[in-house]
Amino acid sequence: MKHTLAVLVENKPGVLTHISGLISRRAFNIESIAAGYTEEPDMTRITIVVEADDKYELEQVVNQLSKLIDVIKIIDLTGQDSVHRELALIKVKAIPENRTELIGIVEIFRAHIVDVNKETMIIELTGEEMKIDAMCELLKDYGIIEIVRTGKVAMCRGPKAAKEV
Amino acid sequence: MKMTGAEAVIECLRQENVEVVFGYPGGAVLTLYDALYLAEYPHILPRHEQGAIHAADGYARVTGKVGVCIATSGPGATNLITGIATAYMDSSPVVAITGQVAVSLIGRDSFQEADIRGITTPITKHNYLVKDVKELPQVLKEAFYIARTGRPGPVLVDIAKDVFAAEIDFVYPQEVKLRGYNPIYEGDINSINEVYQELCQAKKPLFFVGGGLTLSNSSEIMRQIVSHTGIPVVSSLMGLGCIPDDNPHNYGMIGMHGTYAGNMATTETDLLLGIGVRFDDRVTGLLHEFAAKAKIVHFDIDPAEVNKNVHADIKVLGDLQWSLEKLLERVKERSNLEWQEQVAPWQQQLNNWKKEKPLTYNKNSEQVLPQMVIETVSEITRGEAIIVTDVGQHQMWTAQYYNFKHPRSFLTSGGLGTMGYGIPAALGAQVGAPDKKVICVCGDGGFMMNCQELMTIADLNLPVKIILLNNQVLGMVAQWQRKFYNHNYSHSSLKTKADFVKLSEAMGVPAVRLDKKEQLSEVLEKAITDEGPRLVEVCIPENEDVLPMVPAGARLDQMIMGG
Repeated sequence: MKHTLAVLVENKPGVLTHISGLISRRAFNIESIAAGYTEEPDMTRITIVVEADDKYELEQVVNQLSKLIDVIKIIDLTGQDSVHRELALIKVKAIPENRTELIGIVEIFRAHIVDVNKETMIIELTGEEMKIDAMCELLKDYGIIEIVRTGKVAMCRGPKAAKEV
Repeated sequence: MKMTGAEAVIECLRQENVEVVFGYPGGAVLTLYDALYLAEYPHILPRHEQGAIHAADGYARVTGKVGVCIATSGPGATNLITGIATAYMDSSPVVAITGQVAVSLIGRDSFQEADIRGITTPITKHNYLVKDVKELPQVLKEAFYIARTGRPGPVLVDIAKDVFAAEIDFVYPQEVKLRGYNPIYEGDINSINEVYQELCQAKKPLFFVGGGLTLSNSSEIMRQIVSHTGIPVVSSLMGLGCIPDDNPHNYGMIGMHGTYAGNMATTETDLLLGIGVRFDDRVTGLLHEFAAKAKIVHFDIDPAEVNKNVHADIKVLGDLQWSLEKLLERVKERSNLEWQEQVAPWQQQLNNWKKEKPLTYNKNSEQVLPQMVIETVSEITRGEAIIVTDVGQHQMWTAQYYNFKHPRSFLTSGGLGTMGYGIPAALGAQVGAPDKKVICVCGDGGFMMNCQELMTIADLNLPVKIILLNNQVLGMVAQWQRKFYNHNYSHSSLKTKADFVKLSEAMGVPAVRLDKKEQLSEVLEKAITDEGPRLVEVCIPENEDVLPMVPAGARLDQMIMGG
């Protein structure tokens, strides 16, 4: 089962190395990892999507990551009421006769066209993983040139910050 | 107070009450070495950086204090790696200070540059790269704090060369605040109560103690629990000495080369209490059959150890000082007699196993056998020496046949299994415990991996006794080849023209060769009681096996017996 972990870490050099090193050394199955600044300048938030076979495996991931000195807190957002989003940029072939159809698809998915030229366009799409997968699947027929995805970020609903949970 | 970064490092060492550092100078640490020279700071110069880190580790294991070593950048730092990994696997508190090239040269593949922080990330509890002298006192304060608290471990501090020369207004921080590092000292009292309930119910309870007891200095409390309840106790390699070997409730080491009684008890127990152990594969054998009839309780300070290998039915997190003290209070609610009544049949069962198949070997052998050597050393020192081993067959024979009495009296590379650990670790141990007899048992393989430290031992006139069990083979490798690889002795022969006695004497350690059984006691006794360092080379047969043996991946009760 997939779990989404919010990992709050000190914003210090080497933290990402420590985390990625640990993940590879302990052979954890990581699906995505996304890091960025937060509301506190000395804190970075890393969202990790991890595949764990059972509760023991997940417990190991959390405990081992928690052991890293620069890891402040880990919150498992999987069971919680939370918003999960990922952003994707998709460069797709857009010959003139396909453009109308493509614009239609973009509208249905509430995506945006952020760049167009004679042959291609870049579509920006935000949403849950499945939505992005679905759109990519549809666009395949038109010829996808490249895809870049940020990896998932997530946040609990309700008034509290993850660090207070 | 204004001072240079190098002087600040020394001031930090003073504030941390570091008695001595083990180090090796080089380009990037020249400024630091100049400051050490001017401050006349106690420093020991091993002949290899690997010697320095193992010595710091040996010092730490014997004293319980943080061991400190220094090396220069690049190759100096990379020579520490085996020692850092050794310390990490056995949770030994060590601070390694390495020089790094100047800040402006970092990342340019400069002369003697290595990314030692990156390299040591998976084998340190934490590590730092200091590029700004202002961070230096805080980083060193944190390094010592992290190394010795919680579950101890090695911390590496890499310091850029120009930081040593930069000026700083030195203030040593009084406290450490790390949001992400809060060891659990006091756990959940309910877990203790739960354990107590289980203990009262169990028919075949078994304590399984490990290195955590030594690290937390709680062997004494454990001894009280054992003597009050009479519950049998077995040990991991790292736990030897926590409960004296002559304690009637102690059934010795379990695992691959464990005792018959110990391994059978582990197979049959209905309540296994792991105390400061990490259920290494050398202990568990076939993991899913390990203690299969038992509920498992796991006491540890490190939450990540629980459920890592063996799934625990009850976890007791926290410092063993705390949890065992609480457990002792609870078990005292019942009288010694009540406990005795409860566990008597189980004790009887263990004693039968012990009587049926004790540790044994061919005592009538004409040749000197390694087990005899260890037994003789044990008798001569009456279990009061600090025994340091290298890794291999001799390590297991020492674990089996030396009669340990005290915690911190058996130093061995348990987790990593580092050949070459013995001699430098014995050096460090002797520095840490100058009044104790320190005896290093090693084989002819591992001996050569760090024998340069004989020179250091001789020059400092450290009275370390080295017992070199020479079977002219890589014994453990050959044993596996004999048992599982069709007697194909692929590159495990060490037959040589070299003369270990001469080699030792050339480095300044008086040495003697021993090959007659009749001389065994006399020669060993003399070497051990003589002043100053001594080496005794004991010639032993090459095909002696360490037994019992549980083949890798087999169940613990599937032992190959011997004797």
